[in-house]
Amino acid sequence: MATQSSRSAARLMLSPTVILLLVWMIVPLAMTLWFSLKRYNLLYPDRTGFNDFGNYTRFVLSPAFGGAVVNTLILVVGVLVITVVLGILIALLIDQPIWGQGIVRILVISPFFIMPPVAALIWKNMFMNPTNGLFAEAAKLLGMAPIDFLGQAPLASIILIVAWQWLPFATLILLTALQSLSSEELEAAEMDGAGAIQRFWYIMLPHLARAITVVVLIQTIFLLGIFGEILVTTNGGPGTASTTLPYLIYKEALLDFDVGTAAAGGVVAVILANIVAFFLMRAIGKNLDA
Amino acid sequence: MGKITLSQVRKSFGEVDVISGIDLDIEDGEFVVFVGPSGCGKSTLLRLIAGLEDTTSGSMQIDGQEATHLPPAKRGLAMVFQSYALYPHMTVRKNIAFPLKMAGMTADEQAKKVAHAANILNLTDYLDRRPGQLSGGQRQRVAIGRAIVREPAAFLFDEPLSNLDAALRVTMRQEISELHQSLKTTMIYVTHDQVEAMTMADKIVVLNAGRIEQVGSPLELYHSPRNLFVAGFIGSPKMNLISGAEAAKYNCATLGVRPEHIGVGAGDGHWQGVVGLSEHLGSDSFFKVSVDGIGTINVRANGELNVRAGDRIHLSPDLEKLHRFDAEGLALK
Repeated sequence: MATQSSRSAARLMLSPTVILLLVWMIVPLAMTLWFSLKRYNLLYPDRTGFNDFGNYTRFVLSPAFGGAVVNTLILVVGVLVITVVLGILIALLIDQPIWGQGIVRILVISPFFIMPPVAALIWKNMFMNPTNGLFAEAAKLLGMAPIDFLGQAPLASIILIVAWQWLPFATLILLTALQSLSSEELEAAEMDGAGAIQRFWYIMLPHLARAITVVVLIQTIFLLGIFGEILVTTNGGPGTASTTLPYLIYKEALLDFDVGTAAAGGVVAVILANIVAFFLMRAIGKNLDA
Repeated sequence: MGKITLSQVRKSFGEVDVISGIDLDIEDGEFVVFVGPSGCGKSTLLRLIAGLEDTTSGSMQIDGQEATHLPPAKRGLAMVFQSYALYPHMTVRKNIAFPLKMAGMTADEQAKKVAHAANILNLTDYLDRRPGQLSGGQRQRVAIGRAIVREPAAFLFDEPLSNLDAALRVTMRQEISELHQSLKTTMIYVTHDQVEAMTMADKIVVLNAGRIEQVGSPLELYHSPRNLFVAGFIGSPKMNLISGAEAAKYNCATLGVRPEHIGVGAGDGHWQGVVGLSEHLGSDSFFKVSVDGIGTINVRANGELNVRAGDRIHLSPDLEKLHRFDAEGLALK
């Protein structure tokens, strides 16, 4: 990429891809913005025309909105905390030379290969079901009353399910980061008098900082859009106890058939996601600088 | 104090004996170099002393105290690693202070000791940089600084100069020697480079295949190698080893002649041969001569000598300085 001609050639070669990606992004965004400003309800096809910001005010002022934003944040933060903490612990564990290491590693990453609705249904019906789930059986065996997980603690249960699915991802990235730590560095710390916990705190954790940042950023992107698990387990309920922003938008569009409000909700969600991204990058983005 | 005694120390990985029964005394304040070809177990021996590997059998005392099963931190030794093993996320200051912090020293004392070490090693201007912003030689000095502040009973160096370029290596070699003179602490130094061993050591330990071949001062090893291995390993260029009929004339299985102990002349020499390769460095001249009935002999002559490739020359070995070895490779007196 040194000379003038090679630079312009590079631009020319890249342009089809860049233009395609741009169109792919701009058209849906423009249509969403367009719909979000219009009266567009499939149940009332006669009501048309511009609604100014009526869709936005209706979405934001609806009683479910505040709770949905809070639920979304709790879901994201909860899953992040569980996956990062447990991910580090499991990575430390399976980094040790143990018998059957290969099989253990495959078992550890396998939840990531199960499609989200399937995983959620397995948890719902086989583990958390209050009459014939495994947890209920275990509770009865111990002489306690079975807990109706999805009825009594719907959001916590969904966090558990989603964390179970994303744990392999975090573990895998943290494990590779851990393996790139030079053994001489740990030995030097050992000679310097650092015990196991001090070696973890002063040597391993700083070394993992960048990997943890990557895990947090990538997972946040995906966790903000968690939808399938909620749909198949609680349907956002009971009441709105487990309704998140994506689920609320889905409800507007496909249960209330209000395309205009759903589009406005989508735009609001994009704005909120960007606010989250802004603070996230300010908080931990410096870890990505070399 | 830093007196280290090894008795019958053995280390095996599975079936393989990496270190097979080593006895060694290291006196307080000595500069001991472990030297040997790669895979001879010299690094493993150092790691055994450091406590980073467990001994399979045998015992080890540091300053008269039983240390065979002590954890590394309790042995009072400091180690400088081949890769320096600096902590990349910490500044030079924090790197050097790390062992003090682990020892629970107050911030004031830490700062004082770090300043002292930085002063000795000319690192004062770099204290707030990170290892990634330093050159190889500076990183090396930080690693040494981290070892110095602990005031250890002995320093362990694991091939510390092998990642540096040739010129820097000579400078750092001298710096480490000067450091030893001023600190007077025991140092154990591992290298595969016999020049480093000869220039730095009070005592050289030549290792081969997990065994000690010979222990002695550099000149002892040079003048009276105990066997063929030491004879071939110590000295540069290598000693010429001649076997067969020529060796039989001297009542030995193998005859050893150092290249610098052969005189070059135009006539009446002991041996005659054709110069195959000649290297002229100004201070020295090196020749590879294929001698009639013997084979290739390396010769080193002081100063300039007007001998070119293809010339036929006469060689006369210094009969006083011949080394004779029996069929088992042991030196004959």
